[in-house]
Amino acid sequence: MSLSLLLEQILNGLQLGVMLFLMSAGLTLVFGVMGLINLAHGSLYMIGAFAAAAVAGATGSFLLGLGAALAAAAVAGVLVETLVIRRLYARDHLDQVLATFALILIFSEGTRWLFGSFPLYLDIPAPLKGPVTFPGGFAYPGYRLAIITIGLAVALALFWLIARTRVGVRIRAGQADREMVAALGVNIARLYTMVFALGAALAGLAGALVGALQSVQVGMGEPVLILAFVIIVIGGIGSIRGAFVASILVGLTDTLGRFLLPLAFGMVMEPSAANIVGTALASMAIYILMAAVLVVRPTGLFGAAT
Amino acid sequence: MVRSVLGLGAVLATFVTGASAEGLKVGMITTLSGGGAGLGLDVRDGFLLAVKQSGRDDIEVVVEDDQQEPDVAVQLADRLIQSEGVDVLTGIIFSNLAMAVVPSAVNQDVFYLSPNAGPSQLAGAGCHPNYFNVAWQNDNLHEAAGAHMNEAGFSSAFILAPNYPAGQDALTGFKRFYQGELAGELYTQLGQTDYAAEIAQIRASAADSVFFFLPGGMGISFLKQYADSGVDLPLVGPGFSFDQDILGAVGEAALGARNTSQWSKDLDNDANRAFVESFQAEYGRLPSLYASQGFDTANLMISAMEKADVADMDAFREALREAGFASTRGDFEFGPNHHPIQDIYVREVVLEGDVLTNRIIGTALEDHTDAYAADCAM
Repeated sequence: MSLSLLLEQILNGLQLGVMLFLMSAGLTLVFGVMGLINLAHGSLYMIGAFAAAAVAGATGSFLLGLGAALAAAAVAGVLVETLVIRRLYARDHLDQVLATFALILIFSEGTRWLFGSFPLYLDIPAPLKGPVTFPGGFAYPGYRLAIITIGLAVALALFWLIARTRVGVRIRAGQADREMVAALGVNIARLYTMVFALGAALAGLAGALVGALQSVQVGMGEPVLILAFVIIVIGGIGSIRGAFVASILVGLTDTLGRFLLPLAFGMVMEPSAANIVGTALASMAIYILMAAVLVVRPTGLFGAAT
Repeated sequence: MVRSVLGLGAVLATFVTGASAEGLKVGMITTLSGGGAGLGLDVRDGFLLAVKQSGRDDIEVVVEDDQQEPDVAVQLADRLIQSEGVDVLTGIIFSNLAMAVVPSAVNQDVFYLSPNAGPSQLAGAGCHPNYFNVAWQNDNLHEAAGAHMNEAGFSSAFILAPNYPAGQDALTGFKRFYQGELAGELYTQLGQTDYAAEIAQIRASAADSVFFFLPGGMGISFLKQYADSGVDLPLVGPGFSFDQDILGAVGEAALGARNTSQWSKDLDNDANRAFVESFQAEYGRLPSLYASQGFDTANLMISAMEKADVADMDAFREALREAGFASTRGDFEFGPNHHPIQDIYVREVVLEGDVLTNRIIGTALEDHTDAYAADCAM
């Protein structure tokens, strides 16, 4: 195993990590601030990817597609919040799970009705196509580097928003004590809608960015949703910092596990069997990580003690 | 909740061409929602097109969506056999669903005509007189890919497939014919969407070519990421990784890739020319190999109806075994285990105008049967 292969795998893990952060940031905010379990978060990711593919396909511009993804996901988020979710804040989690699960079905079949069952095409923008070669001959796809950069920039912007702005103060206050914030004259309904739209837009952004790398198809959001839930549990529910650390951790564990575990088993087993065992174990690695974190810190890495 | 919403879709999808007392009733269980929906749609559309072209009004087709869930497929099969009283079942796309449905269905005096899945169990010891596979045995296209790699002079292939039974069959089938060295062998997760880690290992290996089996969305993701990675080793795969249903989503990343298939749009025979033209006219898109399989399945059934009444099961079975229909593949006949004996071609992805499609460049295996026929006692 060469050093450049290991470096490439670490970058791959980082890229997966920041993409997962875009998904889990919105999920953790919504859960932390509103106490709401939103299973339909993956559908917002799908909406972002489809909006980007449709607009980029019609106009030929990836940037317009990206803008459309943000707008479409945010609008869908606002609609979902005001029409459905607003009625669920006072209900228990089971009702929320039922209602947002129904939203998954509605969004999936609605998208199929609009776009059909065949996957859509979304290409990587021309300036970012192909690998970037670093001094020393190490090559890495330019588009993945761009995703890492965008993800880190969004993370910084979110930290600034939460820690340094008036809106951030309200969001943090809303997490701490909802009734008190409302009593102090903050329009809590508007705050909720805004937080929800922000989370939705981030999911839409993730969908559009990843849509250029993979297949844009109905149901693409659900596997990512499961990972995002793992992340907010590891990071501590409601904590943006926890979501960031956990995303990177999960990204690296998943990528390096897939790469290193078959190699490790290959030292003691016949290659073909080592592959099957290694791959099977790698697919469990992040859940083992989650279990280990929960044993040591039951509220997650950055979760508030209860 | 789930059931009622999707149940409504199934009712809407039900297609009736008019029933008559002595006619034949077909139950089609296929995947019409979720990630594999494109495959089921093509099989359904190909099948219904052939029924329509036959002009017969004594065939009734009931179409149901299995949601790619084995338990749903089993429930649908029970209902179709016991309450609807179908004579023929067909339509299943995925091998794990076929394994759940077929063995019990064929024991209830129903014919099963497989338009896609061909698990090795049903070709070998588990073969059954009422089970006919009109597509291929699962290993076939991968075996052909292995044979093609030898002929093309590749001696160090990197191979990968998802870690599930059909993926393991794929690599087994490939290795059965491929004679060179393996530069690497990888199993990926089923449904995986990011292949950066695998592509990095391909880049670091000393391979001279890559063979991969990643059906549906997995293949789209892999191909797009491979094209962007700067690794430029030649790609070879089964037709599933490069067919009409996914080429549009992959884009030019697929250009030039070699793949193996029992069917291609440009196969030069009358039945195929007529099929491609009428499919395009009817549905406004190019047919995929799945569509051709659905079309052939219906035509096989119709050819048997012309010779025998389905009520006489022995006569109908004999008529099916003769395979007296004009296949879109040209020559077609059944082996002793009711699986096809057919040529498997090598195709190349090309640009026709602005549409990506496949063109035949050679034949990988002639009159190919499967490795399991000897285990079938029938």
